[in-house]
Parts: sequence; C-alpha cells; structure tokens
Amino acid sequence: MSATDATTADERILQTSPLRKLLGRPELGSVVGAIAVFVFFAFAADSFLRASSISTVLYASSTIGIMAVPVALLMIGGEFDLSAGVMVTSSALVSSMFSYQMTANVWVGVGVSLLVTLAIGAFNGFMLTRTKLPSFIITLGTFLMLTGMNLGFTKLIDGTVSTKTIADMEGFPSARDVFASTITVGGVGFKITILWWLALVAVASWILLRTRAGNWIFAVGGNQEAARAVGVPVTKTKIGLYMGVAFGAWIAGQHLLFSYDVVQSGEGVGNELTYIIAAVIGGCLITGGYGSAVGSAVGAFIFGMTSKGIVFAEWNPDWFKFFLGAMLLLATLLNAWVRKRAEATK
Amino acid sequence: MTETEARTALVELSGVSKHYGNVRALEGVSLEVHAGEITCVLGDNGAGKSTLIKIIAGLHQHDGGTLALDGEDTRLSSPREALDRGIATVYQDLAVVPLMPVWRNFFLGSEPRKGAGPFKRMDVDLMRRTTRAELLRMGIDLRDVDQPIGTLSGGERQCVAIARAVYFGAKVLVLDEPTAALGVKQSGVVLKYVAAARDQGLGVVLITHNPHHAYLVGDRFVLLKRGTMVGNHTRDSITLDELTRQMAGGNELDDLRHELQRG
Repeated sequence: MSATDATTADERILQTSPLRKLLGRPELGSVVGAIAVFVFFAFAADSFLRASSISTVLYASSTIGIMAVPVALLMIGGEFDLSAGVMVTSSALVSSMFSYQMTANVWVGVGVSLLVTLAIGAFNGFMLTRTKLPSFIITLGTFLMLTGMNLGFTKLIDGTVSTKTIADMEGFPSARDVFASTITVGGVGFKITILWWLALVAVASWILLRTRAGNWIFAVGGNQEAARAVGVPVTKTKIGLYMGVAFGAWIAGQHLLFSYDVVQSGEGVGNELTYIIAAVIGGCLITGGYGSAVGSAVGAFIFGMTSKGIVFAEWNPDWFKFFLGAMLLLATLLNAWVRKRAEATK
Repeated sequence: MTETEARTALVELSGVSKHYGNVRALEGVSLEVHAGEITCVLGDNGAGKSTLIKIIAGLHQHDGGTLALDGEDTRLSSPREALDRGIATVYQDLAVVPLMPVWRNFFLGSEPRKGAGPFKRMDVDLMRRTTRAELLRMGIDLRDVDQPIGTLSGGERQCVAIARAVYFGAKVLVLDEPTAALGVKQSGVVLKYVAAARDQGLGVVLITHNPHHAYLVGDRFVLLKRGTMVGNHTRDSITLDELTRQMAGGNELDDLRHELQRG
C-alpha cells in the first residue's frame, strides 16, 4: 500500500503550481504593493530614481525596518508592543546620560543601555506571561511609564528636555562609525543602518524558518494552548520575543544618539504604530501565527518610499498619512483573505 | 485472544475510584489495555469517561483502587510522566496549530536538530521526510506536508495526531472521542487508522459513545454509567445488539419505547 501511495502522493505534489506556492507566501501582497508604489513614484517624481534618492529612501526604510523586524516576530508570536517607539528613545537616553554623568567611555554607556533596554523588554514579557493580561494593556502601561520617565529623568538630570552633547567624549568616533556612519558606494553615501537592517532581516528569517525557536514563535502565536500541550516553553518564547524588540530598540536608539550627539527626550511617541503598520503591510496577521521577517522589511520599504517619494514629487507631505492608511487597509484585507484560505477546511 | 489474557497488561486499572469533593466521579472501574488490542470505553455524557482519561493521562490521580503499568503499581503525577511512560493522549480539541504546515505541527515541541553553536538548526529535511513516511505508514496519503494543518479535514487532523503519538514512541494511545465530531465517512477513516495503530502493536483506549464504532474495532468493552462500571466484556462475550442495548440504557430504553408508543 505504501509504495503505491508514495508515487501517487508525489504525482499530486507536482500538480501544486508554482503560482499557488507563491500565493501562499505571507509577504506576497507587500511585494506587489512595493512594486506598485515604486513604479508610481518613478513616474510621479523625476528625481525618485536617482541613486541619492534611493539612498535616502533606504535610510528612511532602515530606521523603521530595524524595529519592524522584531515587532513582526512578536506579532507572529501573537503579541503587541506599544512601548517599542519610546523604548528607542529610552535606550538612547540611558546610553547618553550614563556616559555623560559617569564621564565614562561612551561604549560603557552603550553597554549599560543594552542591559537596561533588554531589562525593559524582559519586564514586558514577564508581566504579560505572569498576569495573562492582554499585551495591549501591559505595553500601553510601559509606553506611558517610559514616556514619562524619558522626560522626567532628562529634566531632572539635565534641566532641559534634551541631553548634553557627548560628541567630545572618549569612544564617540568609533561608536558613531558603528551606529551612524555613511558608507560610500560608487559616489553615493549609504547609511550603515541599512546594513543593520538587512542583517536583522537575515537573522530573523533564519530564526523563524530554520530554528526550533522559530517553530515555537509560530506555535505560540497560532495556538498557545496547543503549543503548551505539546511541551513548547510558551513563557520563555514570549519573554524572548519582547527582549528581541528591546534589542532592536537598542540599535535604533544608539543610531538616534550617534547620528547627532544629543537626544530629544520627547521623541519616539507614535513610532510604535509605524512599526506595527510596517509588519502588517508586510503580511503579519494581527492575530498572530503567520507572517515573515522579509515581509516586515518590504513593509518598511513601502513606508520609506512613500514618505520620501511624496517629498521628491514635491507634494504636500500631509498626503503621506492618507497613502499609509489606504495601504494598511489594502494589506489587512489581503491578509484576511490569505488567512481564510489557509484555515479553510477542505 | 486467549493467549493475550496471560500477558501482563500495558495498563490495568482495578477498582479505581475518583472523588471531587463530595462528588463521586468514578467508582470501582476496572479496565485492561493490552498491546495490539483496542479497549473501548463507552458511556453517555457524564458517565465518567473524561475522568477516566484524565487518570490514565496523568492529569488527575485516582483516590482508590490501583493503576498498574506493565504490572507495576503506579500513580501518575503529571501528563509528562504519563508521556514518558509511553502513554500518549489525543484529546478531542486536537493540539495542533492550524496555520502551521503539517511537518512543523508533527514535530512541534520535539524538533530534531543538527549543527552546533549558533548554527544549530532544525533538521528540516528529516522532519519533512519523517512526517511523510510516518503518515504513509499509517496509510495517510497526504498531498503536501507543507500545507497548513488547518486545511486538512477533521479526520485527517485526528490521524496526524495519532501518527505523531505513534512516532514519538507511545505504547498506549488514549483517544478521546475521535469520531465524535466527524461524519460517517470521516469516522470510518479515523477508525481505520486506529486499527492501523493497533496493528503496529500499540494498546489503544478508545473513548466513544458510539457502540457501532466501538464494535467495529474493539477487543474489550467497558461500559460506564453515572461514574460506575456497568459492564466489562470481551468481544466474544457480547454482541453488537447487546452492546447497543446496554449502551443506550438497556431496560431504560425499553421503558422509553413503551412510553413513547403510548404517547
């Protein structure tokens, strides 16, 4: 029986067309969307296709993308992090203020900032898994607390809403090289954040598709109780995902600090939604269990193209929000359709 | 069947009882599960089937009587311990993640890995190949192990769950109403796989309220009613009609028929 079954099974697999396979990919919709947006601005704005413009677009995409990647993983794991936006600012503030107040090498501040930011992420994950409250509430709380602490501590320590400059401190040039330098390729400067972004996408894709942890992320987002029943460490996975977001916030925060040399403590509010939107446009299901890291990168790229494309086309930037909203609706509708197809019982 | 009588049972319950506070959920239930045999537990809603499963699966501990595994008196403290002793339970609300591919679901929680250090990764080829091979061995002809498990029918999903338990070394398979939510044809498919698991030498506990399904595959029949055991038969000591009659309430059914006729 098995022998004949094997051959018939193989025959039937050959019948699955490549198109059907492609349609099953979570990032498909966003890739189509990205091509459409690209072509649109290529015609609408003469300067859009210049190398310098592409560099600007990629830079804008990367600053969103660095956070969209871990936010997408978290969303696949079935949770949100509303504190992601202000956490970037917190991370930059800790780094800057620690170095300045301790008159330490800025790398010490960078290291302390990593620990503190990861701790904030762990706190989010711990609170979520212990209280079993929705992540919306938990991270809304963290969001508000961090927003207050960012401003409060900065005013308390520095007397104003921005930190003191650390440009003349030891280690600043090398830290700037790592987090905020510009690499010139063929006469055009590309920001190093683009590399960080691509590296994060690669690592996140590897984790999702090829490691045990990736299997667990899909499982805790797709059916938490089933995952627990077969022995998946749900708590560990969720805390890990929140710490992943914190790690992204650390990179983005250090970039924020070293692109200038001061940090505005009120920044970051509202960005958490940008990251979530990028992940959703990229094909992540808002209810969890489905999505990809590459998709979130495409989502961030659509964001970058739209925000800069409107400028290149010399339109009123107010239209950006309109485009974004339309894109989000389209993406969500497409996702809902994908989900229905994937979950439908034959 | 006579030679199996002499063998030690994989699982043997004798006079097991369970109380929740002052509620008697189970009283004096005895049951044997042998390798290569199917023991059916029949009963209406509230008969104590779930409680019985939970004791065998290690979720609850029994208050009275004995539970012996391979002839050794045991008290299972957790589902994990039951699993380690080779008792796998497939619950009605199957432990699968609908949006994940079949092969990822098959190995969820016990993923095989290769490589070392930061490059330690799932052995995806092995997982795909094993999933296909194991399902084929159970006679499940799957089109594509990459399809989300949610696209399979209820019966197929049940079969994947059974194949999974078999692959991970279960000696005893406890199936909680595997045919309850299925149509006639699907039920037949599932029963075929239950029989396939039996033929591979597993002991199977089949919980059901359908005597027809039970009689198709069962070797032993335990009848529960309101927490007590009202019958314990081997296949050669009872007919389907008798089983159906007892299951349907025996004399109560006759009374009911009488009443309805007059009404």
